[in-house]
Amino acid sequence: MLSDILVYGLMNGAVYAMLAIGFSLIFGAARIINLAHTAFFMLASYAVFYFGSTLALHPLVAIPLSIIIVVLIGVFVYYVFMEPIREHETAVLIITVAIALVFQELVLIMFGGHYRGVSNIVTGYISPMGIRISYQYLLTLGVVSLALVAVWLVLMKTRLGNAIRASAQDREVANLMGMNVAKIAAATMALSVGLASVAGVMVAPLYTLEPHMWLNPLVLVLAIVILGGLGSIKGSFIGAMILAFIEVTVVFLMPGGAFLKVAIALAIMLIILVIRPEGLFGIYMEGER
Amino acid sequence: MALIRIAFRYLRNEVLVLPTRVIAVLFVLMLIIMPLITNDMYILRILTIASIFSIYAASWDLLSGFVGQVSFGHALFFGVAAYTTALLNLRLGLSPLITIPLGGIAAVLVGLLVGIPCLRLKGPYLGLATLAFPIMLMGIIFVFPGFFGGELGISGITRLASIRLHEYYLAVGLMLLLCFIMWKITDSKIGIIFHAIREDEIAVRASGINTIKYKLLAFCLSGFFAGIAGGLYTHFLRIAGPSMLAVLMSFQAIIWTIFGGVATIYGAVAGVFILFPALEFLRAAAEYRMLIFALLVLLVLRLMPQGITTFFRDKLERECPRCKVRNAFTRKECRVCYSDMR
Repeated sequence: MLSDILVYGLMNGAVYAMLAIGFSLIFGAARIINLAHTAFFMLASYAVFYFGSTLALHPLVAIPLSIIIVVLIGVFVYYVFMEPIREHETAVLIITVAIALVFQELVLIMFGGHYRGVSNIVTGYISPMGIRISYQYLLTLGVVSLALVAVWLVLMKTRLGNAIRASAQDREVANLMGMNVAKIAAATMALSVGLASVAGVMVAPLYTLEPHMWLNPLVLVLAIVILGGLGSIKGSFIGAMILAFIEVTVVFLMPGGAFLKVAIALAIMLIILVIRPEGLFGIYMEGER
Repeated sequence: MALIRIAFRYLRNEVLVLPTRVIAVLFVLMLIIMPLITNDMYILRILTIASIFSIYAASWDLLSGFVGQVSFGHALFFGVAAYTTALLNLRLGLSPLITIPLGGIAAVLVGLLVGIPCLRLKGPYLGLATLAFPIMLMGIIFVFPGFFGGELGISGITRLASIRLHEYYLAVGLMLLLCFIMWKITDSKIGIIFHAIREDEIAVRASGINTIKYKLLAFCLSGFFAGIAGGLYTHFLRIAGPSMLAVLMSFQAIIWTIFGGVATIYGAVAGVFILFPALEFLRAAAEYRMLIFALLVLLVLRLMPQGITTFFRDKLERECPRCKVRNAFTRKECRVCYSDMR
């Protein structure tokens, strides 16, 4: 039981962290609350389903192809629908909802509403201490951890990462320092959608695919980002782990836990928010009171 | 006779001078004489539901558009009132005349309950925290299916009125009355404070105004109106289900209001009366229905990000540069101070 909680908690936590960090990045760099974020995750899962199962391409071709296509869609959507009207924050918010609905409906029309599954990339399992962990789980966990480390390196060690963090701190000053903030925002969008699509392709064999699969993760991602503090990468990671473990524990230990898992996770988020209104690692910026 | 003359003069001097006011009056007249034009129950039913949702969307506008307390969980008020009315009606047999106001009051209490912990939160934090409340309530509803009816909801509620036509006039009348009240609230001294809180809360507090009191007032007012809408909806459809608490229900209020034009009240009404019937008539397009709807919202907001009513108002009217009175776009000089409009 305890080991199940550990394995599933770590797994869900890593996936949520990928999604939450992407969401947090684009909020920081462009001040966009991108509610279509998990729709990109859904899109990537379906892309790998289409290339991998329908067209029967090799996973090593299908996975990068899916990620690239989804990232291109993300950048296109950013340039056409978000960048021109960025000052109207509420309009951008609703536009992202509309984009998510468009993706959902397109997927529904193309693939139908019934549940889909993607076959595992690797088969077999190991059983240390009597727990069965399939290789697919280990592979997903490994890739997701690698992606997280890579993003951390990009953000902390490269010029682009510096620029992203600078424009997240103060967009106007970053602009005055000669950075092209619109381009940085587009690059951040690509990075953020890229993270979501890596998560999408990696969990596709583990989850059941359906066109509404973006809605539940979206609620959790919002809760995680708020819990960790908006714009904070560390906060998003820790928040994701906290909420994922709470969710998994509730499912395993409580009767009727499947109904209550989101409710309890959100209740704990609210309690933390009442104590710390800016989230665990968030900061209130003086200019944006 | 004198009264008619005054009314006529008012119509000529205050209504006919501005195209937007003419449109508003025509819209109200259309709603009132609609049952004379058509006997189609389907159209009347759509307009009844649109009226109820107008109250709901306008209440979101009051809280989020005017006071700036963006709420992503507005379905909480709608759903709490819906379940309260349904349970009171079914278990105690109270008539809709009593249950709907009681539902509104229940929503006010919930508004206080939500408002107090949320007072410390700002901007996106507040919006995303409010998102949590209806989802948590939905979890509770699923855990006690015996009392709340679980996934199927509570059915077998008495009708709003015995005849469809009465239901129509009740919904339309209440919509016009409540939206007028909300519009007056935003126009009053309280409304000015609401505006000020949205623009700069610290400055308002520095001016010696108790912002906490006003923010709680906004939560309660908005909750009350949303609650009335929830009660009406429950008695009209004769069912209260968990879908009334869903995330989509919360987002619908935001979509309608922002589509119509935020912080205007009439924008919320226009948004509902355009988008809700549009979604109904798109049933003809079968599986492409939601896709066309989403594309419509996407394109309109891309081209008119300030909302459809604000966009057309700015096209049809111009503000006089000297006295700030609005004029029809055709006038060369201001209708009040006769200064040049260019």
